[in-house]
Amino acid sequence: MHEPILELDGLSKTYPGGLKALDDVSLTIRKGEIFALLGPNGAGKTTLIGAVCGLVRPTGGTIRAFGNDLATDWRKARARIGLVPQELSTDMFEPVIHAVAYSRGLFGLAPDPARIEEILRSLSLWDKRDTRIMALSGGMKRRVLIAKALAHEPDLLFLDEPTAGVDVELRKGMWAIIDQMRDKGVTVILTTHYIEEAEQMADRVGIIRKGQLIMVDEKDAMMARLGRTEAHITLEEPLKELPRSLAQYPLELEQDGMALCYRGGDGTGRGKGEVADITKALIASGIDYNGIDVRESSLEDIFVSLLGEKEEQAA
Amino acid sequence: MIGWRSTWSIYTRELFRFLRTAFQSVLAPVLTTSLYFIVFGAAIGGRMPDLGGVDYGAFIIPGLLMLTLLGETTSNSSFGIYMPRFTGTIYELLSAPIGVAETLIGFVGAAMTKSLILAAIILLTARLFVDYSIAHPLLAVLYIMLVAAAFSLFGFILGIWADSFEKLGIIPLLFLTPLTFLGGTFYSINMLPKPWDTIALANPIVYLVSGLRWTFYGSSDVNIWVSFGITVAFLAACIAVIAYIFRTGWRLRA
Repeated sequence: MHEPILELDGLSKTYPGGLKALDDVSLTIRKGEIFALLGPNGAGKTTLIGAVCGLVRPTGGTIRAFGNDLATDWRKARARIGLVPQELSTDMFEPVIHAVAYSRGLFGLAPDPARIEEILRSLSLWDKRDTRIMALSGGMKRRVLIAKALAHEPDLLFLDEPTAGVDVELRKGMWAIIDQMRDKGVTVILTTHYIEEAEQMADRVGIIRKGQLIMVDEKDAMMARLGRTEAHITLEEPLKELPRSLAQYPLELEQDGMALCYRGGDGTGRGKGEVADITKALIASGIDYNGIDVRESSLEDIFVSLLGEKEEQAA
Repeated sequence: MIGWRSTWSIYTRELFRFLRTAFQSVLAPVLTTSLYFIVFGAAIGGRMPDLGGVDYGAFIIPGLLMLTLLGETTSNSSFGIYMPRFTGTIYELLSAPIGVAETLIGFVGAAMTKSLILAAIILLTARLFVDYSIAHPLLAVLYIMLVAAAFSLFGFILGIWADSFEKLGIIPLLFLTPLTFLGGTFYSINMLPKPWDTIALANPIVYLVSGLRWTFYGSSDVNIWVSFGITVAFLAACIAVIAYIFRTGWRLRA
């Protein structure tokens, strides 16, 4: 049902200095999905991308893209992979349209001005086609890198921190671009520091830490499984102990009995329902309250808590 | 299997880079060659005897050609590959479905083309100052191409080896230019007193200058086959080093 487009099996990379950047990473990427690779700085995200794109030589494991082993059939595989690097690396003296046309030719495709125009228009760069890249804003430069990566019409696109250092508006513009790619059937693997970005865009999420992939799951399933609801109910009068009618709920008294804290449920919204039931039970028990603050945990909370757990396990 | 479209893209882009600075690229060799002819040809050359039956002004043409050729070819090629490494744009070359053949033909081919254009400019400029004829024009062009190819490859290695602009400039500045000056550019090594005429033979540039001079005037300090053999051997050594670099990813892939 989900055709694999990229398969990593036991992928490892140890740098000459001894740093283990990737440690036995196995991962399958499905056709057409948007996969977010999350991890703190130095976790191995860029090394993983580099290993697939030919920038890094793995020291162990195998990579198969579109059914081709990258160690042997790398030409076929690389022709279908695009990369937008983290750094704004491009010949700054070159006009935009030359840079994009060059990328298409470099990947062995015949010139296609109509296709280049379509790409530049979709990224709002057509008006700047004859402008030297050095004269563009940071956000535009990043879009030029995306245009270059799309010039050879890749089926699999890597975006390494596509919104690093760009403002909120541009970030949202970038999300719209990624959405366009999804609509065109391009499989996207993105790394990001902005968990909100993964929450917004990704179908699946992988969390990498110290070169190890510690979790891979559907974003919604991960949030359902690891998500929590937290509610604080401020009471009119202090309680000395929890009433029996509320014993079934994961509640704690806080602030010398002036508040009830609920931590429970999952990422499906079950917690919110329980909070509603608690408020009804409070009223039925004659306990008055004057404020409720309910908060669903975000992917960021899950990410931080997962990394924290692993740190504790390691310690 | 060579991806010719990829090769063509690299080649044309490198030439485009050359054209961006065309004014400077053309003016510099014209000016330099003119200065050499004014100083060595007109001012000093008038007092020099013919060398092997060749007027001194004409005698120095192959040497001047080699002087510019070696410097420009090495620096064009080394900058061509060093700049993408320095700016990070090398990622695109490394992630493209291209191998050593496409990369080399593209970069080295462009560096060779630039060198041939410069050689033509130098020869045309020389014509303004001195009358000369080329004994073996076809062999001269082939020899220039051979030297340009060898030093383009050498520059390519230099551009991969260098990890700073200082290192990039140090080999041409400290080795190539002095060796070319001492390699018989402005004199025949037979004019050197003993034992310097023998010591000069340890300078590989002597064979290159001598080889080119033979194609121009039919005579030279060193046998043409020795010159040709050394040039081909240098070319082969550069290819072997580059093959090793690409096989191991030395300084290219992490």
